Amino acid sequence: MTTLQRKEVNPIAHLSPEDIEQIGRELDAIRDEVLAVRGEKDAKYIRRMIAVQRRLEVGSRAVLLFSVLPPAWILGTIGLSIAKILENMEIGHNILHGQYDFMRDPKIHSTTWEWDFAAPAEQWKHSHNELHHKYTNVVGRDNDLGYGIMRVDEQQKWAPAHLGQPLYNFINACLFEYGIAAYDLELGRNLASKRRRNNPDFRARLRQVGRKIRNQMLKDYVAHPALSVPVGLAFGNPFGAFFGTMAANAVANVVRNLWSHSVIMCGHFPKGVETFERTSITGETRGEWYLRQMLGSANISGSKLMHIMTGNLSHQIEHHLFPDLPASRYAEIAPKVRALFEKYDLKYVTGPFVVQVASAWAKVFRLALPNRKPARAIDHTIPPRHPAEATV
Amino acid sequence: MAVTQKLRDGAWRVVELITTPVVPADYLDVIAPLRNPTVLRARIEAVRPETAKAVTLELRPGRGWQPHRPGQYVRLGVDVDGVRLWRAYSVSSAAGRSDGKFTVTVNAVENGVVSSYLLANARKGMIVHLDLPDGEFLLPERRPAKTLFITAGSGITPVMGMLRSALHELSDVVVVHSARTAEAVVFGAELRDLATQGRIRLIERHTRADGRLKPDALADLVPDLFERETWACGPGDLLDDLQEHWADAGAADRLHIERFRTVVLVAGEGGTVTFEKSGLVVDSPGGTSILEAGEAAGQLMKSGCRMGICYKCVLPMREGIVRDLRDGTITTASEVDGDKPLIQTCISAAAGPCRLDA
Ligand code: FES
Ligand SMILES: [Zn+2]
Repeated sequence: MTTLQRKEVNPIAHLSPEDIEQIGRELDAIRDEVLAVRGEKDAKYIRRMIAVQRRLEVGSRAVLLFSVLPPAWILGTIGLSIAKILENMEIGHNILHGQYDFMRDPKIHSTTWEWDFAAPAEQWKHSHNELHHKYTNVVGRDNDLGYGIMRVDEQQKWAPAHLGQPLYNFINACLFEYGIAAYDLELGRNLASKRRRNNPDFRARLRQVGRKIRNQMLKDYVAHPALSVPVGLAFGNPFGAFFGTMAANAVANVVRNLWSHSVIMCGHFPKGVETFERTSITGETRGEWYLRQMLGSANISGSKLMHIMTGNLSHQIEHHLFPDLPASRYAEIAPKVRALFEKYDLKYVTGPFVVQVASAWAKVFRLALPNRKPARAIDHTIPPRHPAEATV
Repeated sequence: MAVTQKLRDGAWRVVELITTPVVPADYLDVIAPLRNPTVLRARIEAVRPETAKAVTLELRPGRGWQPHRPGQYVRLGVDVDGVRLWRAYSVSSAAGRSDGKFTVTVNAVENGVVSSYLLANARKGMIVHLDLPDGEFLLPERRPAKTLFITAGSGITPVMGMLRSALHELSDVVVVHSARTAEAVVFGAELRDLATQGRIRLIERHTRADGRLKPDALADLVPDLFERETWACGPGDLLDDLQEHWADAGAADRLHIERFRTVVLVAGEGGTVTFEKSGLVVDSPGGTSILEAGEAAGQLMKSGCRMGICYKCVLPMREGIVRDLRDGTITTASEVDGDKPLIQTCISAAAGPCRLDA
């Protein structure tokens, strides 16, 4: 039984355990509908997306060979930023979820895919697919929630160090790929004691991250800059070419980091999204798990382009309900999911990008300070407990 | 030598760095899918209907292909409704063509997903995946003095490959071929041509009119039956009959057979699951996940979410049939196709006997 964040109002007090299982069945039915049509269209979609991304990346990098020329630098940097965002979000995140495993194409498969990101796919799959998606928004189990460094809930005890959390969050946003690599490694926990530090499994994972980061860095900050040197020589400015391309790659990486961080913050942080306590989510039924995903996620409204650029994480609610369905199907099922929310009188949290980002940041700032009034200790559970029990 | 090799390796390492985290060939794939050194593919260059239910595909294999020997088959990986399915098809063209191409002939199989897809959708320019040729249904280097081919239906395909490759080296050839009607004979015109030229003796049997061929009847058609080195290909029961007949005559070693797809998988409830590497065999009930059944029996298995969303628990299935416990989806694998789909053991229950590569 999941304990909801203690709030003035329990958003699910009106649901009976039978209601919750019925919600689960209705969501399963939506899933079945997608499975019935999943096929060639989805395969074509992801292959086309990969082809577009690779062309864009090669094109942008080709333009950046001329990075000594300012217009080329600007064009190449924009193109590369977009290419990296597509690669991470609509392609990488979704393939690593196994959304396209059904194709049985070893080239486009969660077990073989590697992405343009500091965190090695294998480690990310563990912390994201196994932990974040299973224990969504459970304080203390879901590392995505505040990444272990921030106060994300009124109920968490405040400490003076939390005053700095807007700054930590900003730094984390800029260096997001390294932040993710660090928390996939559970660095904080694993560096804490000598025994953990010397654990061979941890060491192996550390080496794996080291190799990945080294290759990523060599690519973006040595190999590609070096490729633009000959053109630089022709223009009499080899250093400008080298450092120009290097800077372009750095900018593209930071743009990608800021973008993905923002999108992900919008997924679980804005106002109206619930967090949960750790108390015995074991024995949670399928319906209860679905309900937690419904309450713990928020969408971003916007255009088709917006959805693609967020890897359809703009449909975070649908993604959390069906993480293994092709993301390009989320838009199609969103109206049905939303209708279900309305039917059961639940809040479907969604809003434009800017509003959601602002709302998430507002929460980061608010929780950096101690609570103004003591949080009321009301116990909310899935399924709702009998009042007598709830006072325990 | 050593220096140039070192330089080569170094240069390659740089190219790899440029494309990391993917390999250079992944970029090449976007424009030249046949050039990939690690993934063998072929382009369909021509599609020729043979009969109403058979079509010949002319294939241009990509990099890494090795020529076939007459009688062998290749496995084709075809994306049917977005899912890559592998099937074995006999090579029907002569070996050693100078243009480097080869053909396979696809015959409609009842309820055959891939064959019906290819019959309806194969087009010039389509890319299919490919495996190296395989199979032991071969003519020996020392050609026999007298040969007999007994085929039925699509069983003519590998034999056609043999005839086209080696007929000029064979002196006394009899072909006994069964098909439903005269029109249903795949390569009918070519076979009849060879017969009129006197290069083979062709005995056609049209089963709709004359009934199925029984081995006892063969002696009348081919009196020196057991003196001939014999190759047979066709439906399983025909081959069973022939094997028995040849064994009774003490001539089993003169009969060479090629069996096509034999297993038909039907979904049931539960089944024995064999973990091939550990040797563990588990009785896995229909309502229990293979993960749970395996763990309960002491098999070491990886798992993560245990609810079907993380794909950490996947294992390759060599042969068998499983049901998705969430939505009832059936997944099958069969040894002949050589495809080993990865199944999520945490939400898959056995729906028949399964062999897992673990
Ligand atoms: S354990 Fe996560 S999908 Fe099976
Ligand atoms: Zn996800």
